[in-house]
Amino acid sequence: MIALAFLAQTLRIAIPYLFAGAGGVMSERSGLIALTLEGYMLGGAFGAAVGALATGSPVLGAITGMIFGGLLALLYAVSALKFKANQVVTGVAINLLVIGLTRFFLRLLYDSSSNSPRVPGFGHAESGSGFAALAINPLVWLGLLSLVVIGWLLARTAFGLRVRAVGEHPEAAASVGVNVERTRYIAVVLSGMLASLGGVYLALDQHQFTDQMTAGRGFIALAATIFGRWQPKRVAIACLLFAAAETLQIRLQGTQAIPSQFIEMIPYVLTIVALAGLVGKAVQPAALGREESA
Amino acid sequence: MNETRKTQLLEKLLPPVVALLVAIVVGDFLILTFGQSPAAVYRLLLEGTWGNAYGIGQVLYKATTLTFTGLAVALGIRAGLFNIGGEGQLAAGGFVAALIGLALPAATPAIFGILLCTIGAAAGGGAVGAVPGWLRARFGAHEVITTIMLNFVVLALLGWVVSAKIHVPESLHTPEIRTGAVTRLSDIMPVFHGSAANLTLLVALATAGAVSWYLFKTRRGYELRAVGLQPDAAEYGGVDVAGVRWRALAISGALAGMGGINFVLGYKRYYEEGFATGAGFLGIAVALVGGNSPLGIVIAALLFATLSQGGLAVNALVPKQMVDVLQAVVILAVATAVPAVRHSIRASAKSVARSLVRKTPLDAPTPEVGK
Repeated sequence: MIALAFLAQTLRIAIPYLFAGAGGVMSERSGLIALTLEGYMLGGAFGAAVGALATGSPVLGAITGMIFGGLLALLYAVSALKFKANQVVTGVAINLLVIGLTRFFLRLLYDSSSNSPRVPGFGHAESGSGFAALAINPLVWLGLLSLVVIGWLLARTAFGLRVRAVGEHPEAAASVGVNVERTRYIAVVLSGMLASLGGVYLALDQHQFTDQMTAGRGFIALAATIFGRWQPKRVAIACLLFAAAETLQIRLQGTQAIPSQFIEMIPYVLTIVALAGLVGKAVQPAALGREESA
Repeated sequence: MNETRKTQLLEKLLPPVVALLVAIVVGDFLILTFGQSPAAVYRLLLEGTWGNAYGIGQVLYKATTLTFTGLAVALGIRAGLFNIGGEGQLAAGGFVAALIGLALPAATPAIFGILLCTIGAAAGGGAVGAVPGWLRARFGAHEVITTIMLNFVVLALLGWVVSAKIHVPESLHTPEIRTGAVTRLSDIMPVFHGSAANLTLLVALATAGAVSWYLFKTRRGYELRAVGLQPDAAEYGGVDVAGVRWRALAISGALAGMGGINFVLGYKRYYEEGFATGAGFLGIAVALVGGNSPLGIVIAALLFATLSQGGLAVNALVPKQMVDVLQAVVILAVATAVPAVRHSIRASAKSVARSLVRKTPLDAPTPEVGK
């Protein structure tokens, strides 16, 4: 029973990471640094709350959230691709922008500086937090599928081949007729929509939007993307691993076994170790972050 | 002033001006959606910041921290490196300063106390910066990711030490330091009463001067800039590129760490969890708007500090969060305007040069960061 509860809780925590990790893979494999995952998620969470509160439908909320995430990603893509702005600076700016905008409109729409009114979600209050509650939430299934689908897309489709080509060697891709800029635009907007679903899940699951509710989850997803070496299967495992660590931390709270801060560090430390190549070198897409290539 | 200097000045000044205009337009829009008059809000913003001594003091206090984190980011960028770990380095610096202030006997002469705490702050931040520096030099691990990941590690570690070992019960801060307190501005000029401004701002100005001297007047600074502009050429010219990178990130971390004394020695006189929140990322904005030059950074720090403090001033009319949006818009606009402006100015300069059949001196290339 405890093992099952542990598994259910891990899954519940992992869903936002899986969505955002899928977004991270999409963006970075096309050559654009995914520092913006946090912003996409927060934007998606806010969109979900706004949409669901306005229409009463969680599905329309999810769609609104995806539109918000897609628009933020488009802003990033236009800055980085059309204006050749530095991707790190732009990424940081977009994250700050989303924090500011969501706070401003939280005050404007709901007259609160902390949270939205109660948002309708999937499922019922009495279904609890076990597997039953997870199974009736369509976002759980979508989240589990997201990295599988991205893996298939990248490995088996013509579009996926183009994405990988522009991320590794844009000049070569261009020389065989691939429209590098368009491929990247599509990949980045897709990345924003995927990552925003992670935020949508949080808002609908917690039945409200709260200020900065993503709380660094976008950076954990970025860590999973890198720790998983930009390969969808490995990234999915990394997301589950990080979620399991978090579940452990929650379970150990109160017992004095390990300070919770040490478990919090696990994803970041593992990512640094992976980047340094101490346990198999993580090699990034060759054209990642390059400004001049387009 | 010759043509090249004029072009360079235009390249530096145009993006911030464009950014401010864009920010004002966005600000107008936000203010109007809240049903207020932009003129009234902007007037309140200026009155609440530069209109009275308390406001000026608060702006100076916030600008002091941002000068340190801005210098930290700029020094990295001059070496072609992106240090986005300013927040963790700032927190580590403040923490070490507080530890030293707690450990020294209360009878320590103030000047020694301050000096030791400041050195400790630089060492604390420098140690945090040195880790990604070493990882970059030794393993080629990209500093953008390692610095941001290290932020979380450092903040978690500090959170653990403070909560488990040395906090004052029912709080998230350490006890007050016994020595090392920096004089508040209000102790000298009572008109600043209540504001957090303190003499750390002189340390910030001196540090900006020192960074300028280091970058432009010393051999090490020359090597650092050479690596930033063209690492292969620098290596060919005999520069130890890995060593320069390692050193640059350590110094960058030390600069951010020194910023910790503004809060710990000058304002609260203890280390408190969360005091560094946001200052690291805003340091990127300050470096960018200030064109990575120490003087520009001081000015940009004042601008961003004015916005931060101004938010509190206008809160009666519009949500203070408006300025968070404006700060982000300024960063985004400068980031997109810098390459665009450079490109168009150079294109026009080239055509002018061609039409005059005259050779213009080669423009100084800018460091290519984020590779």
